[in-house]
Amino acid sequence: MIGGNLRPGTLPSLRRAGSLVERNAILYRRSWLIIVSGFAEPLFYLLGIGLGVGALIGSTVTLNGHSVRYAVFVAPALMASAAMNGAVYETSFNFFFKLRYVKLYDAILSTPLGVLDVAAGEIAWALVRGTLYAIGFIAVMFGLGLAPSPWTIVALPAAMLMSFAFGAAGAALTTFLRTWQDIELILIVLIPLFLFSATFYPLEVYPGFLRLVVELTPLYHGVNLLRSLTTGSLGQAMLVDIGYLLALGVLGLWIATLRLDRVLLK
Amino acid sequence: MSRQAWTGALHVLEHNALVYRRTWRGSVFVSFAAPVMFLAAMGVGLGTLVNRGTPHGIGGFSYLEFLAPGLLATATMQTAFSETTYRLLSRIRWARTYDAMLATPLEVQDVLTGELVWLAFRLLMVATFYFVAMFLFRTLLAPGAVLAIPVAVLNGLAFAAPIFAFTASQQTDAGFPVIGRFVIAPLSIFAGTFFPIDRLPVAAQAIAWLTPLTHGVALSRGLTLGTISMQPALVHLAVLLLYTVVGIGLARVTLSRRLAP
Amino acid sequence: MPSSDIALIHARSLIKRFDDFVAVDGIDFDVAKGEAFGFLGPNGAGKTSTMRMIGCVSPVSGGTLRVLGMDPLTDGPRIRARLGVVPQADTLDAELRVGENLETYARYFGIPRSVARTRAKELLEFVQLQDRANDQVEPLSGGMKRRLTIARALINEPELLLLDEPTTGLDPQARHLVWDRLYRLKQRGVTLVLTTHYMDEAEQLCDRLVVMDKARIVASGSPRELIDRYSTKEVLELRFAVDATPSFDGTLAGVADRVEVLPDRVLVYTNDGDAAADALHVRGVRPESTLVRRSSLEDVFLRLTGRSLIE
Repeated sequence: MIGGNLRPGTLPSLRRAGSLVERNAILYRRSWLIIVSGFAEPLFYLLGIGLGVGALIGSTVTLNGHSVRYAVFVAPALMASAAMNGAVYETSFNFFFKLRYVKLYDAILSTPLGVLDVAAGEIAWALVRGTLYAIGFIAVMFGLGLAPSPWTIVALPAAMLMSFAFGAAGAALTTFLRTWQDIELILIVLIPLFLFSATFYPLEVYPGFLRLVVELTPLYHGVNLLRSLTTGSLGQAMLVDIGYLLALGVLGLWIATLRLDRVLLK
Repeated sequence: MSRQAWTGALHVLEHNALVYRRTWRGSVFVSFAAPVMFLAAMGVGLGTLVNRGTPHGIGGFSYLEFLAPGLLATATMQTAFSETTYRLLSRIRWARTYDAMLATPLEVQDVLTGELVWLAFRLLMVATFYFVAMFLFRTLLAPGAVLAIPVAVLNGLAFAAPIFAFTASQQTDAGFPVIGRFVIAPLSIFAGTFFPIDRLPVAAQAIAWLTPLTHGVALSRGLTLGTISMQPALVHLAVLLLYTVVGIGLARVTLSRRLAP
Repeated sequence: MPSSDIALIHARSLIKRFDDFVAVDGIDFDVAKGEAFGFLGPNGAGKTSTMRMIGCVSPVSGGTLRVLGMDPLTDGPRIRARLGVVPQADTLDAELRVGENLETYARYFGIPRSVARTRAKELLEFVQLQDRANDQVEPLSGGMKRRLTIARALINEPELLLLDEPTTGLDPQARHLVWDRLYRLKQRGVTLVLTTHYMDEAEQLCDRLVVMDKARIVASGSPRELIDRYSTKEVLELRFAVDATPSFDGTLAGVADRVEVLPDRVLVYTNDGDAAADALHVRGVRPESTLVRRSSLEDVFLRLTGRSLIE
């Protein structure tokens, strides 16, 4: 029952959740190649879509009255998608694997760590990974001259907010899954998000009511937020974006901990 | 193929189909919805921007018409990759399905044949769904367009067979993300799907033409748009066949070594 | 009987319910500091559920449970900080190496990294795995994995060690090594609570035990007390040819207290097995083989429940 299982004395602590992040870090320290190669993918997308297709588009894209090159237009969107994909992948595939198959958490729950610590720890880890990717992405964008505005620096905390939001959402969804095939359901949601959230073309391409629909979806807000920052075309809509992502993260965290309680403690 | 080989392959097929029957719903949805979504977003949405920038089209065609066959070939490549990596490895290592099969009169060869036939079936499914989506989006302009389906299947096999050989030799799944990031992902973007390949620097073009996908994309595109002539078509076909045949040969070696050491 | 010290674990009318299935049906027990306490019973008796409640990973459905003087409902993390748990199933972290398993686990308790490293080294020596510190966990044998799990359970220097079926599935040599290590821990003053369905393990390790069957406690006491109370001094085992088992009406008057007829043999409970064998021979009973042995907890369980421990 929602709310009924949350016991006092089992609120998460930074130290306890942190020890779970530590465990993941130790594991990934050995597979640094995988982390480094994670930068390769956004680089390919930036070069291929941004510059390759951008050359076909030729002229600039209008954005809030600004005119930007296509590569500049699409780069922050690719960064937002990478943040979303990375966070959801971490809290779905990996999390599900640990939860259902390896029973990793059975052992951990015999220590002072409680269910909330586990949820907080895994989401925090998604956040750490997301931050590393974001730093790499911003570096690549700077290197290719695709981030003209000094506000780009703020894109880092913005990307972290995205990692938190999507990580929490991913974790929440994963607690409902029962088989590997269910993970495909998560993919099914990610693909249209990636394609239609004004990632590759401006929102104005859509007819009226479709615009509204897209504005209700999560990735759009991440894209809009990052794009506003890297191109320097700030606006009030950014506040909506931040609020949306925060709400998504908090809701996901809450659901994840409640469900984990039910799944792990019987 | 001997009668036993056929029986064996049939057993493998049966087993996979049985497993698939329980899980097909998600796959089918993705297999059909994904092409529609990609064509809509990239072909139409992004196409709006590209068409504005290319008033004469790309070789006279709209971006949607240009893009669609490229996406078709890329889709079979990605299906081939996902089917011959994690799932395959987990079958070899954990499910011990093959061990059980080999305790019967089946031989390693039969297992491989069965798996490849099953794979071809999956690729056919993916390609057909893409084809239907392309039909709905009106990007099929030539009577020979339907041949793009078997071409896409062959394109998928050209990846599936060598990757199969690789997977059978692996103890852990550590190699898969590397292939995904350094082979599959760049190919998806640079093999001529999203923009004509002659826009790449010459050295990159040369490398691209060494891979199966570039040929798969070129051939599919030529068939759906009606722009291909016999000679280049045969070259593309030959490259795809070469990768497939060599891949199967290697797979036979590594799978035998793995299952019957 | 427990000393006058405050009980380390205190349970009254303890109940565990899963939906409509009652796994533990109102049991009472106390565990005193420094003793080795056992839950003996067949699979499904409710032992593991009880252990999980003591370990504060499974919520109590009814009754009272106090561990280290605290209530698991409100003080879960504080109790767990002082426990060591060796679960029945293997829950090692397969992605980490042997040594890393111990060090990471220590970090969950907030033990500083340098201390964790030192303790990990000592514990690996204690369980004789010091040569495997950098190996992957997967290739280890079942016995080694169990020893590693025991080492892990000790990383936080627990006052109370919970072991669920610690030697199930191990070969005899591994079992003896585990028993030896547990005995040393007991000598150091660690309180042990274990579940088992092996009577030799219960007899060897436990100071006191309770016998559980079908979610209830059917007897409690030291192994010796239980055997004296529920069984005779000796048991005469008779094996007959197939379908040749005679009926014992009247044959046993004055010879034995009780007879149990099992599928493969007949158990005659008496204080003097040899005398009983002779007496039966005189009365015309001709078994294929006879064996006289001491009573064990298996016999106690048979007496209490009518079934054998190993089903």
